[in-house]
Amino acid sequence: MDPIIILQAGVASGTVLLFATIGELFAERAGVLNLGVEGMMLIGAMSAFSIASATGNPWLGLLVAMLAAGLISQIHALITITLQADQVVSGLSLTFLGTGISLVLGEGLSKAGTISLLPNFSIPLLAQIPLLGPIFFTNQSILVYAGYLLTPLAWYYINHTRPGAHLRAVGEHPAAADSLGVNVQGLRYFYVFVGGVLAGLAGATISLAISPGWFSELTTAGQGWIAVGLVIFAQWDPLRAAFGSYTFGALRRLILDIQGPTTLLGLRNPFYYNPYWGFFLQMLPYAFTIIVLVIGSREAVRKRLGAPAALGTPYIRGERGL
Amino acid sequence: MGQASATTGGLNRWLPYRIRFEPRMKEVPAWYPLAVTIGAIVVALFLGGILISLAGGDPLRSYAHIARASFGNLGVFSDTLVKATPLILVGLGCSIAFRMKLWNIGAEGQFFLGAFGASAVVLTPLLPPESPTWLFIPVCMLAGILAGALWGFVPGFLKARYNVNEIITTLMMNYIAVAWNNFFIYAVWSEGGFQMSRMFSRSAWLPRLADYAREVPLFRGLTVHLGLVFGLLAAVVVWYIVYRSRWGYEIRLIGDNPRAAEYAGINIRRNTILVMMLSGALAGLAGMSEITGVVHRLQGSISPGYGFTGIIIAWLAKLNPFAVIIVSILFGALILAGREIQPSGIPKMIQGIILVSLIASDFLLRYRVRIVRLVEEA
Repeated sequence: MDPIIILQAGVASGTVLLFATIGELFAERAGVLNLGVEGMMLIGAMSAFSIASATGNPWLGLLVAMLAAGLISQIHALITITLQADQVVSGLSLTFLGTGISLVLGEGLSKAGTISLLPNFSIPLLAQIPLLGPIFFTNQSILVYAGYLLTPLAWYYINHTRPGAHLRAVGEHPAAADSLGVNVQGLRYFYVFVGGVLAGLAGATISLAISPGWFSELTTAGQGWIAVGLVIFAQWDPLRAAFGSYTFGALRRLILDIQGPTTLLGLRNPFYYNPYWGFFLQMLPYAFTIIVLVIGSREAVRKRLGAPAALGTPYIRGERGL
Repeated sequence: MGQASATTGGLNRWLPYRIRFEPRMKEVPAWYPLAVTIGAIVVALFLGGILISLAGGDPLRSYAHIARASFGNLGVFSDTLVKATPLILVGLGCSIAFRMKLWNIGAEGQFFLGAFGASAVVLTPLLPPESPTWLFIPVCMLAGILAGALWGFVPGFLKARYNVNEIITTLMMNYIAVAWNNFFIYAVWSEGGFQMSRMFSRSAWLPRLADYAREVPLFRGLTVHLGLVFGLLAAVVVWYIVYRSRWGYEIRLIGDNPRAAEYAGINIRRNTILVMMLSGALAGLAGMSEITGVVHRLQGSISPGYGFTGIIIAWLAKLNPFAVIIVSILFGALILAGREIQPSGIPKMIQGIILVSLIASDFLLRYRVRIVRLVEEA
């Protein structure tokens, strides 16, 4: 059990969470809570894998996954932004819908056999850096590198660009944004779409790169929900989101690997000799999500940080309120 | 409410008409919500049909099959009621939490814990196997209710104490509950290396109608068990709590207007914990009823997503306890028939589509949709 290898695989598996978390972060910064991440990820994973196995082209699969998840996110946008329904219920139903559709359309896909995956490669020079090189820059999927680029870009976009300022305004004070001529509803539609596209990308990252294949609901195994939790932990900041995603990825990986070796740190490995303890290990990512939320909530109270002020509320022009 | 006539963005720029939404000023007539709900379900079945044919199925045959396989004769209708039993209890649990705008998405985990609690009574064993049925049933009920309530307490406490989002915590508790049960199924109560416990002794089974076939020949083969009675009684209890008790008044007030509730001196934190526990207890009772009434042993596959379906049921029933019963029977039919339908994801997908169109249709209750000619407007 080489710690470098675990961390390397952890970064790869954290990339899935990263895409989903940053996508949800965009939607929430615009004021729309979308609990459909899990469903959108399943749609992404299913369509990526089925297109890739039908055409032999994983890139096409990736593209279709992003579009399909983006498209289905617009149902949530329509229901919550235009029809002003409750965001919680609508998001939940989107997860049901996405899960159901991907199960129906993905029927038989688990027997599709091997498909060509997205490429893995090492980055010259960067891979030579001691410690960091093998973990972050050696033999990773191209999507992992895309994740490295997405994080700072998202941070810069939200905090230091004009459209980013509009995004924040729409989520914090839509009435003020509206009076300045920002198209509140249009931008909300757009960022829900961005969230959907990134959730689709997260799903495709699973089925085309990190743990290839289609295993019905177990493909995502609740990672979409962990992503929703991570957004709260990250306090709507992309950099913290990246930290949380990679940490969780490494944890998930560690849990898989810790049962392998007979000795652990020179001692008898209890997880090897008691394989049933694995069930308690399986609980850890979910238990950690809860712990992380408790920490996040306490910190938010202390620092007076919090969710975007208009998160969860529809915007109706002319109505008093936020 | 001001001049809120939202229009549908860029879509209608190409059309000579414009869709206008005008808020309703008057109460809608009593039949209207029901008509909208039925309309939404019809639309959902239509959309589901399109998706089924896209996936290579025959929607009409699928639907006809669902109807026949679940309401065709007394025997299958009894099976439908058996499927509806846990749904009623879980749906009631969800409805009381949703009434307070507490999003308990953890009914599935609470269901598993309830099943675990009841199993622990039989398998640990907390009661000797030769104990009489009249002793087993209340003790198992109590264990299931307590285990489910405990699983509801954790998110309720975290919400009340640390303001932790209960949606995520209840969901995470689901995964933990499944792993918890699996540990006991694989490691502790495994029978001969199989991933299931031994069969419960007969006296720990809930009585079924079929057990009385000797006295009433009509009951032969009918699988309906005592859990259905739990469900019906629970509906009455929940109805009484929500609509007739002081506690229910507090719950409804917090749900409708938490600020007003706070000014009225209602303890929101305490109610958060209590309602989550009650919600979990009902789901736990559902787990107990399923394990002692149907499965008769602890194993991995005890729920085809009852906990999640309960969420839809509560919503579809507009949180009304008696409507929960009717909706549960319909969904019980869907689950029962769904087992034989290919592809197997169809029932889940139809549930999703129904929920989506239902939420969208709520809009029609709050707004009038008017189609106006652009010329007139200009």
